[in-house]
Amino acid sequence: MAAGFSRSQVEHVAALANLELTSDELDTFATQLASILAYAEQVQSIDTTGVPPTASVVTAVSERDDVTAASLDREDALANAPDGHLEAGLFRVPRVIG
Amino acid sequence: MTVVATVRDTRDAVQTGARSAVDVCQASLEAIAAADPSLHAFTTLTGERALARAAAIDRHPQRATLPLAGVPVAIKDTICTAGVRTTAASRILEHFVPPYDATVVQRLEAAGAIIVGKANCDEFAMGSSTETSFFGPTMNPWDPTRIPGGTSGGSAVAVAAGMTPLALGSDTGGSIRQPAALCGIVGLKPTYGRVSRYGLLAHASSLDQIGPMTRTVADAAIALSVLAGHDRADATSASEPVPDFSAELAAPRPLRIGVPRSLIDSGVDGEVGAAFYAALDVLAAQGATLVDIALPHASAAIPVYYLVSTAEASSNLARYDGVRYGYRAPAAATARGGGRMQDDLKAMYGRTRAAGFGAEVKRRIMLGTYVLSAGYYDAYYLKAQRVRTLIRRDYEQALAQTDVVAMPTTPTAAFGLGEKLSDPLQMYLADIFTVSANLAGLPGISVPCGFTGGGLPIGLQLLGRLFDERTLLQAAHQYESQTSWWTRRPSIR
Repeated sequence: MAAGFSRSQVEHVAALANLELTSDELDTFATQLASILAYAEQVQSIDTTGVPPTASVVTAVSERDDVTAASLDREDALANAPDGHLEAGLFRVPRVIG
Repeated sequence: MTVVATVRDTRDAVQTGARSAVDVCQASLEAIAAADPSLHAFTTLTGERALARAAAIDRHPQRATLPLAGVPVAIKDTICTAGVRTTAASRILEHFVPPYDATVVQRLEAAGAIIVGKANCDEFAMGSSTETSFFGPTMNPWDPTRIPGGTSGGSAVAVAAGMTPLALGSDTGGSIRQPAALCGIVGLKPTYGRVSRYGLLAHASSLDQIGPMTRTVADAAIALSVLAGHDRADATSASEPVPDFSAELAAPRPLRIGVPRSLIDSGVDGEVGAAFYAALDVLAAQGATLVDIALPHASAAIPVYYLVSTAEASSNLARYDGVRYGYRAPAAATARGGGRMQDDLKAMYGRTRAAGFGAEVKRRIMLGTYVLSAGYYDAYYLKAQRVRTLIRRDYEQALAQTDVVAMPTTPTAAFGLGEKLSDPLQMYLADIFTVSANLAGLPGISVPCGFTGGGLPIGLQLLGRLFDERTLLQAAHQYESQTSWWTRRPSIR
């Protein structure tokens, strides 16, 4: 299945992950991801017919009362922002639409 | 240099007033000042804050009953501390100062513990050697040319080198147990859900667990009693009652210990294997029954772990995008200069994450994104989750007929700095004995069980039933009380 990775495949995954990769990184990851996935291929040979997936080992449903409580102050919430605007209460970002 | 005592001795001395918390804190800070320049266990030190809090413990009206009165503690830098920088050992959070404490931090401080600093680790707890830290590696105190293990390497070294008697680590695939083994200390990964993860920077949410790292099993029991319990801020935290682990350390009856021989014999270094089987002899001499068990799907644990954990990590780390917190990469200056540069949000995300994350984190985000992407989800992620069920069932069957399962914590003793850094797959294979406990949610502990001819520590790993840390600690305590490996300390130069 994952015989090899082309540069364009790696570029596609990087775009999905919002990662800007250098040309060297594209080559390195193409090789490394192919080798890790080739190793992981061994799971394909295990018979899992009728076996349900485990998403979490927690089976008990954790419920709690829906109680209103204080949350983070606006000032605290903005304190770590690289470009926060306290007066307006906003995170400032580069433009979204061309 | 000053040798810091155990958690229990320190706590007892402060409770009775034989020693002041300030004196204990100063001794810990002096030990850090002496050893840390060569070992680099810490990313951030909190000396002034620690001394002020120690003085408050000395004046505390309930000092005599605080379970961790005046105990210095190192907190892994993936765990949020209000007002104290929490970096995940990543450039992207280099200057992040959390506005709130993790629940475990609240619990430790309420119990009288004194935070002396934040411990170095692999970036976002991704690695097996503490070499992927943005701030540089931590060195093994038994041989500074070797890795301390990871990802909680700084936490392990703080305890092993006598800087603090207690440290918190987090364990997604062995990150508490493996560095504990390679540094000659005790490391406990509690059952999934036993300890709140509120305030832990998430790596792989179905696997992550916080736990204590100490010199003795009795100390781990004291710490677990403080850390454990339900927390409404963590939906995965369990409501199981928390027993007094310290009061029940003596095993009430002979133990049945499961030994997966074919798994162990297939891939363990000779000296490690010899130390492991000698440890089993010690337990058998105490009346334990050794039971051969099969874990037929154990060999699939590494691929399953790296498919599941990277998928979850790629999702968890999407939040680091240069908007709400952390680093934002500036728009590249153009040679033309002049007016405003062309920039947009998507480009900002891409270059921020490119500059903010290191190579191992990028590699895992890429792998995880790929296995979750359209067309590959069923073949990789869903398949891995099905095999995860089979791995769980193996352990359920084994632990139905035994009290604990025993195996070495690691296939080899500590390897050299840089030895496996260029070959990710080789690094991943070092986790062969530890990842299953996370996949199955089971509690696990590593205790010192010997040394190589070259003087490097070896760890015995015991795995227990879900929420049965009591029996797990009893088994570990029984072994420890018959041996003196834990008393050996490295000589720090």
